[in-house]
Order: sequence, then structure tokens, then C-alpha cells
Amino acid sequence: MFTELLLYCCVYFCGSPSKKLKNCYSRLKMQKIRKQRLQKLFFIFALSGIGVSLILYSLNSKLDLFYTPSEMTAASLNAETRIKLGGMVKAESIKRLGTTVQFIVTDYQSEVAVSYEGITPDLFKEESGVVALGYFTNGVFAADQIFAKHDENYMPPELKMTEQQL
Amino acid sequence: MTAKLLPYIASCGLLLLLTGWVWGLAFAPEDAVQGNSYRIIFLHVPASIFAQAIYLFMSICAVMSVVWRVKLAAYLIKSAASVGALITFIALFSGSIWGIPTWGTWWQWDARITSTLILFIMYLGVITLHGSFSNLEKADRLMSILVIVGLVNIPIIKKSVDWWSTLHQPASITVSGAPTIDPSMLYPLFVSILGMGLVLISLGILSSRLHILGREKNKKWVQSYE
Repeated sequence: MFTELLLYCCVYFCGSPSKKLKNCYSRLKMQKIRKQRLQKLFFIFALSGIGVSLILYSLNSKLDLFYTPSEMTAASLNAETRIKLGGMVKAESIKRLGTTVQFIVTDYQSEVAVSYEGITPDLFKEESGVVALGYFTNGVFAADQIFAKHDENYMPPELKMTEQQL
Repeated sequence: MTAKLLPYIASCGLLLLLTGWVWGLAFAPEDAVQGNSYRIIFLHVPASIFAQAIYLFMSICAVMSVVWRVKLAAYLIKSAASVGALITFIALFSGSIWGIPTWGTWWQWDARITSTLILFIMYLGVITLHGSFSNLEKADRLMSILVIVGLVNIPIIKKSVDWWSTLHQPASITVSGAPTIDPSMLYPLFVSILGMGLVLISLGILSSRLHILGREKNKKWVQSYE
């Protein structure tokens, strides 16, 4: 090993004063011990990293908060399972009849019609993100809770208006 | 040494933080989508950033404590953990408050919020673990190992919005790519982040004084303090 070689070199070169020799030797030994401690610590970190990665990988899509319309149509869910559906509200699809709101959730590949009874959040509007909780029955998703999603863009209203005009 | 610096750090920090907050709360424009409720970003984002950064600091201390057996590093882990727990709670609480007008809910078990809650529990766990041992050297070592084991949570929090579908939106300030937040809001945010950082450093210094004195109380230099 490299450190052993270094130790022998130290013994050879560190001349007559035995104190110098002892210092040289003990310093190298300390470096070796520290290296071992670092390796042990890294091993613990790697172990926890691999363990957590495996758990997360096996959970995979269960960690998603919601089903997208494509995922929901692909997975055949029975009408008694309470699920979350998420996506974008399709443009010009919001219809309000009394206290009921009907709209379409899309991920630009599939669409699901949603019906919700109640007050929608302020940020709920067309071409904006939404998460709906409820049951999928008879081709319509009956939601009992609606959350609005917002994206990561922050800009003043004037900038947004000029952006929309462009 | 820190006695001389602390007043400057603390006052600079408070000044910057207040500047950032007044700028952000009163002078930055309202958001086109969220209106005025987005302004809690000036508390929530700095808090979240430091909730994770303090954990990274603790990890470096943990490595120093285990590998180089630096006792000060071990004292700093426990001091930093208290500050970290506080700021993570502020991040979670401010996030919940922000969620009520925007999302329509104060809690959802999505990946980012849940992993931040786990971070909060890790901070409390680190403090508790250390306090449950009578042999303090063993306590230091085990605490450092626990910090390193939990380190894997930090990249999970950061990447959770990219890897899984969440209610929480993706990052506005990223390493790659331009910020998706307008400069008129970004600059007060930076000032708030800087200010909060300095305030937290001063809290950390105060906390670590407590822990250092407590651990070293049998040494001569402490006992000669009158």
C-alpha cells in the first residue's frame, strides 16, 4: 500500500533524531485512520442513499400526488376509489350552472370531464393547473375538492398583458 | 472572536432582511396571477433555502467531527440543529399560509412538502438523539452519523418537484436557465435571502455559545470567566 511505502521512506529519511521519526510515523498513521473514518462515513452515506433510492424507485409513481388524464384512462379504476386527478384546465371549457362547475382537465394527450359542486379557489381558471379529488363514475369525474396549481413564473400584471398581446 | 463580529453580523442581517421585506412587501409589484398573496415568498423562500443549507452545514460539521475528531464541529451540529428546526418550521408554516389563498389547501402530502416535513423531523431527531446519551463522545459520533444518513433527503427535497407530479410548483431560480421570476421581485428576494442568512448566522453564533460553554464547563478557560 502507498501509505506503508511512505512509512518506510519516512523511517529511512527522517534521520537520527528519533522524535522526528516518531512524529513522521504517527502523522502518517493518523492520516490512514482519518482516511478509514472518511471511508466508513462515506459508506454509511452511500448505504442510506442506495436504500432510499431503492425505496423511492419501487414506490415510483405512487409518490405522484395525482393521476394525469392519460394515466387515469390507462389505469382502470373502479368507481369507489377516491383519487386525485391533475392537469390543465382546457381553454373555454369552464361552465357554471348554479353552484356546479363543469370543466375539462387535459394533459394535451387525454381529457377528462370534471364536475364540481362548491366554491372554486381564486386561482382556478382556464389554461391553468388544477388538482381535483373525487371519484370517477360514468365517464365524469365527480370532484368534491379542487385545488388550483400555479406555475413558477412571477411577473407584474403589465408584463403579463404585453406577453399575452405578443 | 465572534463577540466582536456578532453585533455587525446581526445588525447587517436585520437591516438587509428588513430592507428586503419592506421592498418586497410595499414596493415590488403585485403578481399577475397571484395578486398580493405571493408576497409571502419573501419569507417562505429564504426560510426554505436555509432549512436545507443549514442541514448541509451540519453535514460538513458531521464529517469533521467523525473524521478529524474536531470537538467544536460536534458542538456546532447541535447548535445548528436548533436554528435549522426553527427555520424549517417557519418554511412549512409560511408555505401553508401561502397555500390557503393560492392552492385552496394548507396541506397536501405531495413529495416536496412531505420531504420538508421529514427534514424538520430529522432536525428534531438529531437534537433528541444527542440528548438521550450520557456518554457525550458517543453521542457526538452517533449524532454525526445520523446527520449523514439524513443527508440523502436534501437532494430529494430539491428534485422532488421535477421527479414527481406535485402540487408545489417547480423552482423559479435554478442553476441552469434564467430565473422565471421578474427582476422587480427577484432583487428584493435576493436581499431577503442574504439578510435572513446573516440573521440565522447570528442566531447560530448565539446558540453555539450556549452549547460550547455547556460542554466545556469543566475546562479552566470557562471557570476563569467571572
